[in-house]
Amino acid sequence: MKNIILMMLLMVGFTSLAQDKKNKNAKYNIEVNGNCEMCKKRIEKAAISVSGVKSATWHMEDHVLHLIVNEEKCDVKSVENAIAKAGHDTKNVKATKEDYDKLHGCCQYERK
Amino acid sequence: MKNILLFFVVFLAFKGYSQDTLQTVKVEAKRGKIQKSLIKATNTTVLSSKELLKAACCNLAESFETNPTIDVNFSDALTGTKQIKMLGLTSPYLLIAEENIPSVRGASQAYGLSFTPGTWVESIQITKGAGSVVNGYESISGQINTELLKPVKEIPFFLNVYGSTDSRFEVNTHLTQKVDSLWSTSLLVHGNMRVAKNDMNNDGFLDNPLGNQINVMNRWQYSNPNTGWVSFLNARFMNDEKQTGQIDFDPKKDKLTTNYWGSEINTQRFDFSSKLGYVWKDMPYQSIGFQNAYTIHNQNSYFGLRTYDIKQKSFYSNLIFNSIIDNTLNKFATGLNFTSDEYQEFVFGNDLSRKDNSVGAFLEYTYDNTDNFSVILGGRADYHNRLGFFVTPRLHARYNPWKDAVLRFSAGRGKRSANIFAENQHLFGSSRTFNILDNSGKIYGLNPEIAWNYGFGFLQKFEWLGMKSDASLDFYRTDFQNQAVVDLFQTNQVNFYNLKGKSYANSLQVEFNTEIIKHLNFRSAYKFYDIKTDYNSGSFQRPLQAKHRFFTNLEFETHIKDKGQQWKFDYTLNWFGQQQLPNTNNQLPDFSPTFIVMNSQVTRTFSSVFEMYLGVENLGNYKQNRAIVGYENPFGTNFDTSAIYAPVFGQMFYAGLRFKVK
Repeated sequence: MKNIILMMLLMVGFTSLAQDKKNKNAKYNIEVNGNCEMCKKRIEKAAISVSGVKSATWHMEDHVLHLIVNEEKCDVKSVENAIAKAGHDTKNVKATKEDYDKLHGCCQYERK
Repeated sequence: MKNILLFFVVFLAFKGYSQDTLQTVKVEAKRGKIQKSLIKATNTTVLSSKELLKAACCNLAESFETNPTIDVNFSDALTGTKQIKMLGLTSPYLLIAEENIPSVRGASQAYGLSFTPGTWVESIQITKGAGSVVNGYESISGQINTELLKPVKEIPFFLNVYGSTDSRFEVNTHLTQKVDSLWSTSLLVHGNMRVAKNDMNNDGFLDNPLGNQINVMNRWQYSNPNTGWVSFLNARFMNDEKQTGQIDFDPKKDKLTTNYWGSEINTQRFDFSSKLGYVWKDMPYQSIGFQNAYTIHNQNSYFGLRTYDIKQKSFYSNLIFNSIIDNTLNKFATGLNFTSDEYQEFVFGNDLSRKDNSVGAFLEYTYDNTDNFSVILGGRADYHNRLGFFVTPRLHARYNPWKDAVLRFSAGRGKRSANIFAENQHLFGSSRTFNILDNSGKIYGLNPEIAWNYGFGFLQKFEWLGMKSDASLDFYRTDFQNQAVVDLFQTNQVNFYNLKGKSYANSLQVEFNTEIIKHLNFRSAYKFYDIKTDYNSGSFQRPLQAKHRFFTNLEFETHIKDKGQQWKFDYTLNWFGQQQLPNTNNQLPDFSPTFIVMNSQVTRTFSSVFEMYLGVENLGNYKQNRAIVGYENPFGTNFDTSAIYAPVFGQMFYAGLRFKVK
């Protein structure tokens, strides 16, 4: 009982320490182009497969991907690269034509 | 306890540093009355409050009549309370919780569901099979969780008035006030009474008890989106009185005499519960919750010449921490439970008081690939002063093989101490002698009940003739390693003993639902139960359980007009196959006949704030032939009010109105 509480205390302690250096829970909202539920699954899967990404939620209405990443392990650029590799354009990284063409018919969003 | 407080204090200090960056977007789609998920790993059906408006639904026990997952038994002739069953097992084998705090347990097992008024309910989640380890080790065949109305979301005023031809009247009033931007409060008041004596089957006994209930709850909700703190505080008082027995029974003169047979059951209950929760601002997937509940339940009763008093003081505490490992594909919940129950129980004057307490820790890990597969692995270790030290493993898995289909599997263990008297109170209304045939165990001489439950389910949603439809098939098996067997197969006796041999419950459910034409919904289910126990006198099906059942529900709604005017029609039909009957010394046959029970309701909404409804229960007026066995001589050897396989009361009409101030 005591040990568990001690553990939790330590845990809380660590999280707050870390914020002084690199942010372990950095929040980013980036624009990712896509259409449908299938796109949502693909985008989120691609993002979360990058080591260091803790949470990724893409919204169909505004095309915004909400990310929480551990900046000690990765940066947003590598997440954007992974998403582009899956065929989806992000604000800074565009997918190659081949990767875009591999998308399912209904997922082939209008490219900007 | 002190440590936990310390933890929270430290915690409060830390949160001061955080900044306001959290923005949440909520998307609320139009939701159905019954929701079945394709993504959840557990086999969970959600009933919304709209579903509860489809039937008379005076209280929680009656709110499952329009859905096939839960079977509602007929109220016994004596207490008028309805018992529920899931996978063929009665409510002691279910974990029934109110906002995730176990509520119907111990002393309240028999009547507890009738202590939550239907209008207080926001939604009900029904999980088939073992269920999560977070709320405890006691659930065996399923979990039912009720969410009550939330002060933050509630309308300022709600009034419901109800009356029926079995002379039952009800009033429900809800008042809600937003105190400031952070605090909201609701006052929920329920009153019901049955004033007139009914004896439709002319056996000289009341078909329904006379009674009244006052139930008052005040809840406070705190929610601060800027800091991530949420809290609930609930206080509740309930007083319930029932009188039943022979029509001419007058409790003042005839109590505990052989002038007339009669019974009174009076219950007072006081509940206080609190919840405190915190969501990390920069980590919305991480949260901590702390729940506490204190309950005093006091029942004083007599049944003919038998007295039964039980008082339970109960304390429940649960600390739960949710977070992730690496990313949100891997989630976990871990925490501690503490439960203490002090029973002062007097059975026919014999003092059987006891104290139980348990402490346990749980860990539940969830993997979800966000696509087509998820698995929940749960385990808990508990120490209980009567059950000893034990572990409870549970597993749930889900796989989507193709579009709109889900395959589920679950397995788990449950362990509990059977409160044989509190759970079988309906048997007091008989001349059966009570015998406990074992004496080496720690709970009334009996050993703890242990069972494994396994099951799988398949659900496919599809379009049929252009209309939304779904079909599903579930199979579950419960295997008892030990059971507190309740044996009603000996003449004029009820015997309790440890299981020797086998006891199992198999249940199969096939369901098909569709929209026939726009606004006309059709639900249907066939259920097969094979519930067999090795009794001392041989192997029998569990009494009062139909092997085959068929359910259908039709609902039609007209299009809602500009001001909210609408008609709603609802019709439910239940067909019951033969049921094994207990030994009644040949007063009743070995098996019941098959029969049909139908209910129907019409609702007229005049505007978004006012509606009226009119309904009928037991439309076909089917009544059990001899509801009370041996009614001619209630103090004789064959007297038994508990062998109820069909409605006692015939056709019953009811009407009510609902008024809201938005």
